[in-house]
Amino acid sequence: MSGHSTYNPSNGFTRWLDARLPILRLSHDTAVSYPVPKNLNYWWTFGGVLTFCLGVQIITGIVLAMHYIPQTELAFRSVESIMRDVNYGWLLRYVHANGASMFFIAVYVHMFRGLYYGSYKAPREVLWILGCLIYLLMMATAFFGYVLPWGQMSFWGATVITNLFGAIPLVGESLRTWLWGGFAVGDPTLNRFFSLHYLFPFLIAGVVILHIWALHVTGQNNPAGVEVKNKDQDTVPFTPYATVKDAFGLSLFAILFAYFVFFNPNGLGDVENYVVANALKTPPHIVPEWYLLPFYAILRAVPDKLAGVVLMFGAIAVLFVLPWLDTSKVRSARFRPLYKQFFWIHVVVCLALGWCGAQSPDTVIAQVGEIGFTVTHLARILASYYFLHFIVLFPLLGLIEKTKPLPESISASVLGAKS
Amino acid sequence: MAEIHAAEPTRRDFLYVATGAFAAVGAAAAVWPLIDQMNPDASVLALASIEVDISKIPVGQEITIKWRGKPVFIRHRSEEEIKAAESVDIAELRDPQTDDVRLVKGANGQLEKQWLVLIGICTHLGCVPLAYKGEFNGYFCPCHGSVYDTSGRIRKGPAPLNLEVPPYKFVSDSKIQIG
Repeated sequence: MSGHSTYNPSNGFTRWLDARLPILRLSHDTAVSYPVPKNLNYWWTFGGVLTFCLGVQIITGIVLAMHYIPQTELAFRSVESIMRDVNYGWLLRYVHANGASMFFIAVYVHMFRGLYYGSYKAPREVLWILGCLIYLLMMATAFFGYVLPWGQMSFWGATVITNLFGAIPLVGESLRTWLWGGFAVGDPTLNRFFSLHYLFPFLIAGVVILHIWALHVTGQNNPAGVEVKNKDQDTVPFTPYATVKDAFGLSLFAILFAYFVFFNPNGLGDVENYVVANALKTPPHIVPEWYLLPFYAILRAVPDKLAGVVLMFGAIAVLFVLPWLDTSKVRSARFRPLYKQFFWIHVVVCLALGWCGAQSPDTVIAQVGEIGFTVTHLARILASYYFLHFIVLFPLLGLIEKTKPLPESISASVLGAKS
Repeated sequence: MAEIHAAEPTRRDFLYVATGAFAAVGAAAAVWPLIDQMNPDASVLALASIEVDISKIPVGQEITIKWRGKPVFIRHRSEEEIKAAESVDIAELRDPQTDDVRLVKGANGQLEKQWLVLIGICTHLGCVPLAYKGEFNGYFCPCHGSVYDTSGRIRKGPAPLNLEVPPYKFVSDSKIQIG
């Protein structure tokens, strides 16, 4: 779709460089002349937001690592010294900690946008899978990072998550010991998690490059969900059109980001993590960070340990095969009246699962006669729907749904909306 | 090429495969140290066994000590607790074990029924259960609601196994050695 390059070296130096390392040509083709569908809405600005988030996390992270000590006796104290003693340490840490939450807000919007407009469908399967891979790496990175301050939630979160691997038959026990480097979460665990927390963002950056590469091969999907037919009529150059739109979207996002950093820096965290880790005392109520709550709810909803772990990972694994579960040829939910409704039900179910994950499992929601309907019961229903949505509804809807007529082209859909 | 040679492997094919296999084994051998370095190191494995004075624990109470980075419960059981642990129908248990096999013999050769020693880690996902809580007045895990009895056996909730009994022995009437 990117077609042949329109880059034109303008002076002697750029001509000389272009013949040796065409890096300016690559940048020009990627970020300037790259044609984008002209009907992209603001939901398409989150790719830029996510790139920004990754940059912020890497820069603040590298700086924080200059002050942090990955040693159980000193980790908590070094974080407190970052907050109190290091110049602007409070700012860097709050940006980094809230940056993780912002990163996940953006990635969830980005993913649900893909689900709504069918961006995972052919020919964008590899693009989607690379995205899922980035999401998986993000969760691992966030988990490693959350362990580092060595508060109570850090320690017990690490204990619960590493114990998940103990559920694997035969090798589980030795795998867990191998992950810990001991017989419980301790110094070796903290040290290696720090090492991996530093490594993973660069893995993410690598997969992001592949993600963008794949995007530029197939071209972007768009709200109409029809392919570009005529480059002149259906697309506009990335710069200035997408660049400026992305910049405006990013500015709004930065306001939200700044609100959390400056006015509510601990609003998304857990107070328990300001208590230093204690291996002998489990906090009364262990919860992961908000962005992992839906998966935590699925884990707890299952009465069997191994099955719970399998379903929790299955909830992420199912995303990888969506392109093949969906039988509908129509991409955008705009033209899929049935799917549109189920999409919103699914959004509500995911949010409700998140709510369940934050509650104590025995909390009674409703009392029906003698039987108490608990959070666990609700989580079971919601978790079942989560899988039903992808495994049953996705193949089924494509077969039974009567879709609306698609616009002839992107250009026609834009002009049609105007008149 | 492959089709031509498929009928009869030549000496060169053999050399290719043998060289490739040798390189693969070499690569695997080089990777192993990178993997094994993450296993518990010598200092962790060498964590000596510890001795605990149990004479000061009154009946009906327990203490928690740290061994190999894990909490260990030492519980001085009352007569009722022992009775409750012994009167359970083994067939009903998820992880069937009699109370007796979870105890050790004292210095005098008798089973020390009043002393229960457990690794205080829930077999579900590793939280530390709370003592004297839950339906059976044994242990209750606050994380996901597993309930253990006065012998540390799993009775309710998601945990699959009984609380683990660490290796320990009585060195005298008032001292035990764990590990």
